[in-house]
Amino acid sequence: MSAENTVSIENTVSAKNTVPAENSNVERQVGTARVKRGMAEMLKGGVIMDVVTPEQARIAEDAGAVAVMALERVPADIRAQGGVARMSDPDMIAKIMDAVSIPVMAKARIGHFVEAQVLQAIGVDYIDESEVLTPADEAHHIDKFAFTVPFVCGATNLGEALRRISEGAAMIRSKGEAGTGNIVEATRHMRSIRAAIRSLAAMHPEEVPAAAKELAAPLELIREIAAAGSLPVVLFTAGGIATPADAAMMMQLGAEGLFVGSGIFKSGDPAKRAEAIVKATTFHDDPEMVAKVSRGLGEPMVGINLSDLPDGQRLAQRGW
Amino acid sequence: MTETGPIVGVLGLQGDVLEHRRAVADCGLRSTVVRRPAELARVDALILPGGESTTMSRLLVAFDLMEPLRARLASGMPAYGSCAGMILMSREVLDGRPDRRQLAVLDAVVRPNAFGRQAASFEADLDFVGIPGGPIRAVFIRAPWVEQAGSGVEVLARVPEVPVAGSAAGRIVAIRQGSVLATAFHPELTGDRRVHQLFCEMVRLSNEVPVSARYAGESGTRARGA
Repeated sequence: MSAENTVSIENTVSAKNTVPAENSNVERQVGTARVKRGMAEMLKGGVIMDVVTPEQARIAEDAGAVAVMALERVPADIRAQGGVARMSDPDMIAKIMDAVSIPVMAKARIGHFVEAQVLQAIGVDYIDESEVLTPADEAHHIDKFAFTVPFVCGATNLGEALRRISEGAAMIRSKGEAGTGNIVEATRHMRSIRAAIRSLAAMHPEEVPAAAKELAAPLELIREIAAAGSLPVVLFTAGGIATPADAAMMMQLGAEGLFVGSGIFKSGDPAKRAEAIVKATTFHDDPEMVAKVSRGLGEPMVGINLSDLPDGQRLAQRGW
Repeated sequence: MTETGPIVGVLGLQGDVLEHRRAVADCGLRSTVVRRPAELARVDALILPGGESTTMSRLLVAFDLMEPLRARLASGMPAYGSCAGMILMSREVLDGRPDRRQLAVLDAVVRPNAFGRQAASFEADLDFVGIPGGPIRAVFIRAPWVEQAGSGVEVLARVPEVPVAGSAAGRIVAIRQGSVLATAFHPELTGDRRVHQLFCEMVRLSNEVPVSARYAGESGTRARGA
């Protein structure tokens, strides 16, 4: 992978948004790593829900969502309808931002830095450079350091997560397989990332460079993780969560919070299911609570078996 | 870690709970996560962490914590709130949501997201009353400010009056009222522990009945009504 990003500097917002005070040494710094990563820290233990209308956004907020992801179609519909999936209509995103007080995220296509510029211009709180949309660049992800607004990116394994962090991602979500209502890929990706971190943490220092080569990620970042025993950014999970038990399992596997897409608004009673998933996330280690909130939720979304998906329709394979 | 001394609870419904627990440990006090009324009854002080105040407010009601927490705060339990915690403890929130439930232990009116959305989140150096050793690095994330503070509220920090601060110049961002401390920013995200040290001193000096004295006879039975 080339380290050089082809994004021209003139076309992007300056990474150094430091505003110096005229007659003072006091300054306000925006867009710092601490401010970007810190924003994700505030979402921990929470559920971020996909919404397509202001009404759904309000339902999500009332259910206790910590943020909403504004998009035109949930992944299950993108799958069903096919075609090229792009950034949502800015007008629709703005209406959702007006409807709720919680943060609003929106998706840009992998590598589509102009969609990201547009989302920053609208004022969204976080950008998801997402494999759920059709990739716009097959060689390069967005240079995320060039933006004031923070980015979350998907990953199927630790190497992929670290490549995204080295491009400036301030939050990682395991990819799972969006729009399937099937938790199996989310489980695979979360276990893979967690196991690789544990393995690094147990390594002798002289073994770390070889691990960096294998993971195809920067050595400095790998050393940081080996020393800390954790990622330098918050790790959420996504893709296939449909029930409170799915949510609690991902939290017990080491996710710090969840993205739920089609699982809520493609179910029989979205408001009730959304609230149940929020409660099961908070009390993920309390089976009695998970049992209590799982009762009488109505129909879950209809799931898809991964073996029924042709190779070209596996969204998690987008990005690298 | 010390085996005795006060226990600081950190409200664990959502948010940066772990960062506050690390800060408390660095100040030499024990901490525990509070998600249930029974857990609240066992702590000597409480930190309300950063997170989403709308979410935490709803979960406080859903998990039957709102009233017990109000009662403990009224009886003088030391509490510290950063960002969302400041919003939750204030008397009034200027966000046009009449259904919002407040702990209302601070005589303050706060404006959430006062500085703007995430792109306007920032870091700056602030002077903090009662904290020696120079300015502290303050991290503001979709932060509130205090629009009005009552006469019993001590103002501890303001946004510096510099041209770059614009309409935020002079806004109140840290307050104390009796045993309750609140900041609009997140000291738990920096390695500087001076704000948490200030709070831990408040906990050590607290006159609220120490937790060991609250249990009499049978273990787990509270001697004092909440």
